[in-house]
Amino acid sequence: MLFAVATIAVLAAMGLALVRAFLGPTVFDRVLAVNAFGTKTVLLIAVLGFLSGRPEFLDIALLYALINFISTIAVLKFVRYADLGKPTRERDGEAMR
Amino acid sequence: MELLRDILAWALILAGSFFTVVSAFGLVRLPDVYTRIHSAGLVDTVGAGFLLIGLMLYGGFTIVSIKLFLILAFIFFTSPTASNAFANAVYSAGIKPLLAKDNKAKDGDKKEGGPSST
Repeated sequence: MLFAVATIAVLAAMGLALVRAFLGPTVFDRVLAVNAFGTKTVLLIAVLGFLSGRPEFLDIALLYALINFISTIAVLKFVRYADLGKPTRERDGEAMR
Repeated sequence: MELLRDILAWALILAGSFFTVVSAFGLVRLPDVYTRIHSAGLVDTVGAGFLLIGLMLYGGFTIVSIKLFLILAFIFFTSPTASNAFANAVYSAGIKPLLAKDNKAKDGDKKEGGPSST
């Protein structure tokens, strides 16, 4: 019962995050909503493990938390520089040459 | 003792669910990218913190709790970093924060234009 309530709450929050991802006027709104969606996915996996009585899926949740952070930073860099391999500062570029 | 622990776990899980939903409402309702970053940061600290600590209490001291603690610690360190990166990226893209003055002017327009859907 308790875990069902928590699951429904997290699912509702994920739906609202998707609404912002579709509405978002700027690209940053969309990336932010997807980042929040990923965090809530981690919570959903953790709660679902307890709901089904088999909390062995937590490794997946841990992995998802790691991927979520890296992908958010990568997408932000891609939005700004349109290239993931480009140095972020002029100074770094000179040092690499 | 067992009962006390269960009650505490229930309270923490319910509080975590509540704050998660509130943060999602903020993500939809708030007017500005910067305020939405604030709202998305809420779920990572308060929502995930309460939920995962409640699950840790419920699970007892096992490998499950250790994994939950690792998830919590990781979210706790990466979420402020991501929020900072967001604010930095939005600001360097030239989007200015919505100030109180602009907000009031926007409300005034809304009143003149009659009831409008936001």
